[in-house]
Amino acid sequence: MGQLTNRSRTLEQKPLTFWESLYLPAIFKGMAITFGHMFKKKPTINYPEQKRPFSPVFRGLHVLNRDEEGRENCTACGLCAVACPAEAITMEAAERQPGEENLYREEKYAAKYEINMLRCIFCGLCEEACPKDAIYLSETFAPSDFTRKGFIYGKENLLIPHPIKDKENYEVAKGQREQQIKNK
Amino acid sequence: MIPIHLLVINVWFGLEKLLLIGAIISFSLVVAMYTTFAERKIAGFMQDRRGPNRAGPFGILQPLADGLKLFFKEEIIPLTSNKGLFVLGPALAMLTAMLTSAVIPWGNQIEIAGRTVSLQVADVNIGILYVFGVVSLGVYGIMIGGWSSNNKFSLLAAVRGASQIISYELAMGLSLISLLLMTGSLNLKSIVEQQMQGGWGGLLGWNILYQPLAFLIFLICVFAECNRTPFDLPEAENELNFGYHQEYSSMKLGLYLFSEYVNMFISSAVVSTLFFGGYDIPFVDETTLASNIGVNLVALLGFLTFFAKIAFFLFLFIWVRWTIPRFRYDQLMDLGWKKLIPLALANLLITAVVILALNK
Repeated sequence: MGQLTNRSRTLEQKPLTFWESLYLPAIFKGMAITFGHMFKKKPTINYPEQKRPFSPVFRGLHVLNRDEEGRENCTACGLCAVACPAEAITMEAAERQPGEENLYREEKYAAKYEINMLRCIFCGLCEEACPKDAIYLSETFAPSDFTRKGFIYGKENLLIPHPIKDKENYEVAKGQREQQIKNK
Repeated sequence: MIPIHLLVINVWFGLEKLLLIGAIISFSLVVAMYTTFAERKIAGFMQDRRGPNRAGPFGILQPLADGLKLFFKEEIIPLTSNKGLFVLGPALAMLTAMLTSAVIPWGNQIEIAGRTVSLQVADVNIGILYVFGVVSLGVYGIMIGGWSSNNKFSLLAAVRGASQIISYELAMGLSLISLLLMTGSLNLKSIVEQQMQGGWGGLLGWNILYQPLAFLIFLICVFAECNRTPFDLPEAENELNFGYHQEYSSMKLGLYLFSEYVNMFISSAVVSTLFFGGYDIPFVDETTLASNIGVNLVALLGFLTFFAKIAFFLFLFIWVRWTIPRFRYDQLMDLGWKKLIPLALANLLITAVVILALNK
């Protein structure tokens, strides 16, 4: 029976020559290789001190956006929940009361907005579905937690800091988003 | 008649020896501690990793953390073990590792308050014999530990270790005989002093130049005696789980692991003493230097040189470990009995003939 493939090769096993049977030259060669590796650049990144930069299209943790005056953009239309393939988003809508105009941009807002980070697949379809630019994916990922409950993120976890009252954290949370929009 | 001066106890002599012993033991322990750190760091570098770098700057507190961890671990003595011997095993391993340091000349003498103090604990005239004796005792630590654990794997590893150490001791001794033919002395201090007589401030007197083959055989045997890769069969992790110290935990295990590094340090010292001139500073004539800058400073410089040589050999131990894979057991025995011993005998014969020819 012939070979199915032509990949098999017959190995030639010659007896060791005298030089090879001394072993020492081969050992010195190996030692030279390991010594050379001592001075090579290490690919490791010292994680907590040094972080690997994310690519500009990285999709991380969700952020609920505010406008320049600090009002929440979300109108609880539910398009993100519909778009979500993992069904990770739940929300409850509420009507804006008189006197809350500085809190919510439009008459309807999300009283409850929860994302289950264990279900979420970080596809970014919610961001694409949103007509109000109210949700987008940031450059951080969800930290670890001890319970499953800890991975259900409410509004208090998702909402971006107030742009006027808490300007510093707002800038940090916003990250390079403006830049990315410009690049698009 | 009883020689009465032998019965007089010299307090200062005892005190200075006691201090010297304390200094040498603590120094060996610290060096062994940092050899473990160097081992991990160099292993990391050779594998393109960074090695431990979390405890303290560059990870220099890592050995302390390791030691602390071992101390806090639960101590388990197996129910079916022989308890007395089980405790004795690691103690013996550590003891024999430290004992050899007594005859090594760590430097020339120093002068304190008019007294000349030799930097050698015991200047015995059979120094090398003593080293061999203590090294053979080292088998007991492994053997007792492996046997008293009452575990098949431990016992197998211990038997392997014992037969390995006994086999390689032969070649080790034979390779040294050719060196002893040249020096004509078993005294380690006089061997060092003979080497210091050579040209270029002692460099041309180093025994490595006259006995390279003996050095090679001796070095290979030292690797085998210390149970280091490529001869680490007694602790072959992947075939014997862990080796003769498998049942040990806490600081008993620590002592076993630690005695390996102490052994490495001491054998590096022995190799440098025998073949690399000990505390001889190359290119420098010690006696003229001593008249210029004083005896104490020269002794210190000599000690530093000696330590540099030891450090090189420690690095060599680590370097070889992370380069060469382990021998198979039959290969190990083949190398020891069929290669090294005939080679050492041939070397001995050649040396004897050459010495005879030169003396005529």
